[in-house]
Amino acid sequence: MSLAAQGIDTGDTAWLLAATALVLLMTPGLALFYGGMVRTKSVLNMLMMSFVSIALVTVVWLAAGYSLAFGDDTFGGLIGDLKHAGMSGLGPDSVHGTVPTLLFATFQLTFAIITAALISGAIADRAKFGAWLVFVPVWALLVYVPVAHWVWGPGGWVLNKLGALDFAGGLPVEITSGASGLALALVLGPRLGFKKDAMRPHNLPMVVLGAGLLWFGWFGFNAGSALGANGLAAAAFLNTLAAGCTGLLGWLFVEQKRDGHPTTLGAASGAVAGLVAITPSCGSVSLLGALVVGLAAGVVCSYAVGWKFKLNYDDSLDVVGVHLVGGVIGTLLIGVFAVKEMTGGTEGLLYGGGLAQLGKQLVAVVAVGAYAFLVTYGIGKLIDKVLGFRADEEHEHTGLDLTVHAETAYDHGVLGHGAPVGASSVIPSAPSDQKAKTQA
Amino acid sequence: MKLITAIIKPYRLDEVKTALQEIGVHGLTATEASGYGRQRGHTEVYRGAEYQVDLVPKVRIEVVVDDADADPVIDAIVKAARTGKIGDGKVWALPVETVVRVRTGERGPDAL
Repeated sequence: MSLAAQGIDTGDTAWLLAATALVLLMTPGLALFYGGMVRTKSVLNMLMMSFVSIALVTVVWLAAGYSLAFGDDTFGGLIGDLKHAGMSGLGPDSVHGTVPTLLFATFQLTFAIITAALISGAIADRAKFGAWLVFVPVWALLVYVPVAHWVWGPGGWVLNKLGALDFAGGLPVEITSGASGLALALVLGPRLGFKKDAMRPHNLPMVVLGAGLLWFGWFGFNAGSALGANGLAAAAFLNTLAAGCTGLLGWLFVEQKRDGHPTTLGAASGAVAGLVAITPSCGSVSLLGALVVGLAAGVVCSYAVGWKFKLNYDDSLDVVGVHLVGGVIGTLLIGVFAVKEMTGGTEGLLYGGGLAQLGKQLVAVVAVGAYAFLVTYGIGKLIDKVLGFRADEEHEHTGLDLTVHAETAYDHGVLGHGAPVGASSVIPSAPSDQKAKTQA
Repeated sequence: MKLITAIIKPYRLDEVKTALQEIGVHGLTATEASGYGRQRGHTEVYRGAEYQVDLVPKVRIEVVVDDADADPVIDAIVKAARTGKIGDGKVWALPVETVVRVRTGERGPDAL
């Protein structure tokens, strides 16, 4: 992406406004995707962990995150400066390439939001909500922001010094969230009853709805990363569609062979796995490459989600199996399938580019994965020590919806005839009445 | 009087209701139930992880009838609920000491 101011292009700006809204929609979509996969007793808590991330990350991003990620480089490619803290110095006339800088900053903000929300899937059903409220802003500043600078920031070392490619966020979004999810899953430990109780998804239609919204938003995520209404955006858009499809089919193929049934959860998961893998590569590979990237992710991720049972870590909703593994596949395969028509010069192994690009991709994957894992583990441990990160055993048993939020998602009736006996004896009162009673 | 309790497959409920109406039984109570007999539930697969679900959804039907009607009612339920496959359910009968119609206060067989 060129930083030279070229004046605002209305077409590019219109597309990026739309793409930004699409990416923001991914987080409520993720909330439904995750919410359907947990048990009835903590679905609201799961939705809230995603939803509240929108507010938390927005505040820290505008205060300092954007400037540190995309401000001028200060430590040899490690971090930006604080010149634009509080968005100072940026107005309607500020230009980033051919779009307003404020729009570019908002587009990038939506990436930071969903990355933080993604992590919550690893600690479903058992995290203190208060600890999550502390974790998200600290994590955004210490993990997401530096990695975003390395990959996309002016002078960031991954792009500028190493020469690794990442079009729409395989490193900052997928690998960072996956490695961080693994770290937090280890800090919190497994859910009560892990590997003993059936913890089946309570609402699969909700999972499919969430996956559909994610897919819809993903077009903004990937095609928007072209930062313009142009051919590269169109190619990234098509690659995104193609990889989601082969990911879905690949996962179903494995399930049919291994378990004897193609499942709904498998279809939703496979589509997401394909989309994860094409995120870094959608602007570097041909359509053929995209089809293979999606298929590889669908097949490999459907096996990877079983690792948690073998290795004994409870990554509840498979952030590691889908996002870390899918992100690694997509980022590495750039080194195999990159074509110069997309990259403007760089070629992968399959197109005569040799092993050089694959090596660069591997270095970036290992560095970003290790950094995200270690720093997140440290933040998690510190919060656990000071505040406690794990919910009380009783709260976990009862469900976080009731104990933390004083709500339940569903009113289960008897034979479809309404509320169970007992529920109707609760007489609602206006908030002011409640207050008066408490004070009396 | 007898209390006849039947545990049946949920989708046979309509057939059982019809069969009971045909032999003149006009009231019954149906409750959602879950349990297992010889078939021991079923297996569900989520992302490759298998969950053994022991308790299978069932419907529990309860009817109180006069002694003489007990056998025809049991026969009607069994005939209507039977599919011939495993998990069709059970029917049993217990003696009932008294029955009172709440609206009128009638007691015994008159309250049925």
